[in-house]
Amino acid sequence: MIQEGTAFTPQIAESTASGILWLIPALPIVASGIIALLKQPMRKLSATLAIGSLSCSLLLSLFAFGHVLVGWASGAAVRETVNFTWIQVGTAHVDLGWILDPLAAVMLVMVCFVGLLIFIYSTGYMAHDENFTRFFCFLSLFAGAMLGVVIANSLLLLFMSWELVGLTSYLLIGFWYQKPSAAAAAKKAFLTTRIGDVFFLLGMVWLFAQTGTLLFYNAGMGSMEALKLGGLLATPAGLGLTAASAIGLLIFAGAAGKSGQFPLHVWLPDAMEGPTPVSALIHAATMVAAGVYLIARVYPLMQAGVQLSASGEAIGSTVALTVVTWVGAGTAVFAALIAVAQNDIKRILAYSTVSQLGYMMAGLGMGGVAVGMFHLITHAFFKSLLFMGAGSVIHGCHEEQDIRRMGALKIDMPWTFITYAVGMLALCGFPLFFSGFWSKDGILEAAQHWSVAKSPFYMLVFGALLTAFYMTRQVSYVFFGNYRGHKEAHESPPVMLLPLVILAFFAMALGLIGTPVWPWFRAFLEGHAAGFSVTGFSEPGFLALMATSSIVVLLGLVVAWRIYGNKPIKAEDPDALERAMPTIWTLLEGKFYIDELYGATVIAFYAWWARVADWLDRRVWGGIVTAVAWLFREGAQLSRLFDMNWVDGGFDKGCEELASGGGLMSRIESGRVQIYLRLLALAVVLLTAILIWSSRG
Amino acid sequence: MSFVFWLLAAITVAGGLAAVLLKNLVHCALALTVVFTGLAFLFLQLDAQFAGFAQILVYVGAVAILVVFAILLTRSSETPKDGGVFSRTWGVGLVIAAAVFAVLGWAVLQSETGLPHETAVPNVTVQLIGNALMGRYVLPLEIVALLLTAAMIGAVIVAMHEKGDAK
Amino acid sequence: MTVFATPLAGYLLVAALLFAIGLAGALTRRNAILVLIGIELMLNAANLNLIAFWRYMPHPEALTGMMFAIFSIAVAAAEAAVGLGLVISIHRHAKTTDLDEMNRMKG
Repeated sequence: MIQEGTAFTPQIAESTASGILWLIPALPIVASGIIALLKQPMRKLSATLAIGSLSCSLLLSLFAFGHVLVGWASGAAVRETVNFTWIQVGTAHVDLGWILDPLAAVMLVMVCFVGLLIFIYSTGYMAHDENFTRFFCFLSLFAGAMLGVVIANSLLLLFMSWELVGLTSYLLIGFWYQKPSAAAAAKKAFLTTRIGDVFFLLGMVWLFAQTGTLLFYNAGMGSMEALKLGGLLATPAGLGLTAASAIGLLIFAGAAGKSGQFPLHVWLPDAMEGPTPVSALIHAATMVAAGVYLIARVYPLMQAGVQLSASGEAIGSTVALTVVTWVGAGTAVFAALIAVAQNDIKRILAYSTVSQLGYMMAGLGMGGVAVGMFHLITHAFFKSLLFMGAGSVIHGCHEEQDIRRMGALKIDMPWTFITYAVGMLALCGFPLFFSGFWSKDGILEAAQHWSVAKSPFYMLVFGALLTAFYMTRQVSYVFFGNYRGHKEAHESPPVMLLPLVILAFFAMALGLIGTPVWPWFRAFLEGHAAGFSVTGFSEPGFLALMATSSIVVLLGLVVAWRIYGNKPIKAEDPDALERAMPTIWTLLEGKFYIDELYGATVIAFYAWWARVADWLDRRVWGGIVTAVAWLFREGAQLSRLFDMNWVDGGFDKGCEELASGGGLMSRIESGRVQIYLRLLALAVVLLTAILIWSSRG
Repeated sequence: MSFVFWLLAAITVAGGLAAVLLKNLVHCALALTVVFTGLAFLFLQLDAQFAGFAQILVYVGAVAILVVFAILLTRSSETPKDGGVFSRTWGVGLVIAAAVFAVLGWAVLQSETGLPHETAVPNVTVQLIGNALMGRYVLPLEIVALLLTAAMIGAVIVAMHEKGDAK
Repeated sequence: MTVFATPLAGYLLVAALLFAIGLAGALTRRNAILVLIGIELMLNAANLNLIAFWRYMPHPEALTGMMFAIFSIAVAAAEAAVGLGLVISIHRHAKTTDLDEMNRMKG
């Protein structure tokens, strides 16, 4: 739904809000530093520091958000930047800076709010863990880094915070590092996202080389502004692309790594090795959203070259956005298929996250920043709700994670059940009352009107069907049927339940800001007025679309309920679907054997290369070093021989000769007078001869 | 060169050869006396009468006697020695002596053209010599007197039997 | 024998020959007394040299050569006395006058 309206006047002057913006990431990072110095038993203090700093950041974010909101309400398109030069080399200089605009404002509030709830939840979840303090140190650092990504106005600052996010996610996924699977998962996450980051870095360097600046907005000279974009569009980059498209694709590769798009999705399910609050924070709300946020930030670059209609809608699409869409749509279906056949409660949610991220990417590609970001915001709430709910279930079932050994938990864990149900319905996109419905519909609508192809629409619809199916399957296994666990399940403490309730409320309420009746979110982000009009529904295809998506969701729900719902089964029983189509089931359960494929190709190649490098190191370089050492030793031997025989020997010989010479000379001292006389006479003869000769001459 | 010169020269040289070549020491001493005499006559030939007579008085009359005395006093182990009278390395000495003669002879022969010919006979009287001794050469005279005294005393002391020495 | 251009040369050569003979004797004979004999020969040869030069050089009335020779005779006599006394003394001590055996000062 596009709202017509006059474009707002830009407001770029600095204000208090943008001046204090840097405090928002700084406070949690400082808190993390202080916690790092604390001793492990000082739990209360570390938790207080972490929660306190994030609360302050939340307040500051709300203040900034309010500032932007006020500006928007008075007709100004706020985009305030604070830039400063960081490195200066001759005439070239690298700038850093931060930005306050509607996109940043909503993201800040979301990250701080959801993060704060997860922090509070963690105090309950990690209460029995002995590394409580370390956990909050890493959590706080992560929060600070993510906030840094959000406010960054410079691609370099964004990248630095991006890397810090990657590092803290490694630390958090591998939190229980004594478990080999956790350590391996952390390494996998780091390396897989690193591959994406390499491309990101390439894109960044290229952008700097082409435009000479890494700032997004800089009073007309930023790389996302018209002047530089025009230059990028004009530069060809081989393969029929412009520099703008090429850079956009490279940056998307980085985003694909962080956001778990195919083929770099392999790390996300394994990352469930981390504690559940970590999964909720990182893999639902924030880190994976960073990729989507990045694409939203550089959207002018991605969209460069596309023509805009009179109403501001894009006609056609760019290469970059097309690639984003296809990858997103493909990932959405791919991950949803795998999620159908998983048995670990968190793994189902993980693949669901991958699938929903695909939705977000597709939404960005087809519908623009507002569409993708709306789904991101709603997803953050209901996915973290689902993860925390799963954490509550795991906690209640005494660390059991296999859904085949759960069941009938709606009786023993009612609050968890209710909040989880809300989240599940939001995720499926149950009509009308749940935010997921509206955000997903926004994407489906954009897909429906996409001019390049229609296939993404069908793929996304199929994905919605699958989403409803597997979530219902999961809920049936976990909350209905008969209890198949070993010990009695119990409800979680209130400190864990309260965040669930809050999130559940938002999972429903957020829908209100994205309906066509009052498309406030879109208007806020795009900087134009948001009118409240009931006639919004009367847009021709929209009602049909709402009906389609509702039918699809209900279909999925009903089919899954028929297969799984409320049936008493045994834990060892194979899945009903497995019995029906065993080969497909094995394929899905084996995650399409992507990990095995990577293992056979990339990892095997890498291992081979490591062996080559080892051989090289040991035989060639080591050999050279050994040879050089041998050479030196032989040289030392030679020197020693030389010294002993020639120098020493020569010296000794010389002394010997001297002594024997002396011996020889002493023979002149024969003690016999006549010898002396002879010598005298000889000397006189010689002297005389010389004298006579010289006087003659 | 007159015949007298040649004769006297031959006698002197023969005597010298005998003095160094003969085995019997006394024969050597006697040959030495012949040399002294020959030289005295050569001095007379050279119109140095005083020097000639002084030669006879001192050398023949004193030095030769002295040599004989010394030979006699050191005769106790005059049994024929092993290895002969000449040193083991007599060749070196001979060579050196020959070298000396060669150098001197060469010097003389080379400068022959510069050597003066016959000159007038000098008129030297004993009175002149006495006057010279007491006049110009008085200092050397006194010193020689001292020297002779010292030599006499020294010779006595050196050759004296020491106390407790075996005879 | 060649005829010498000057009588002086003849005397000089004779003196040189006598000197060489004396030197040969002093250098080669084993008996200490013969060394002294050789020395006496050498001194006499020098005296002959002196007198010859006195006779045939300018200004013989200055008597330089003769005086020199006379003093030389006196000194030679004194030296012979002391030398022979030394030989006697050594003979008393070492029971021999063989020079080859007198090498106590060997270095």
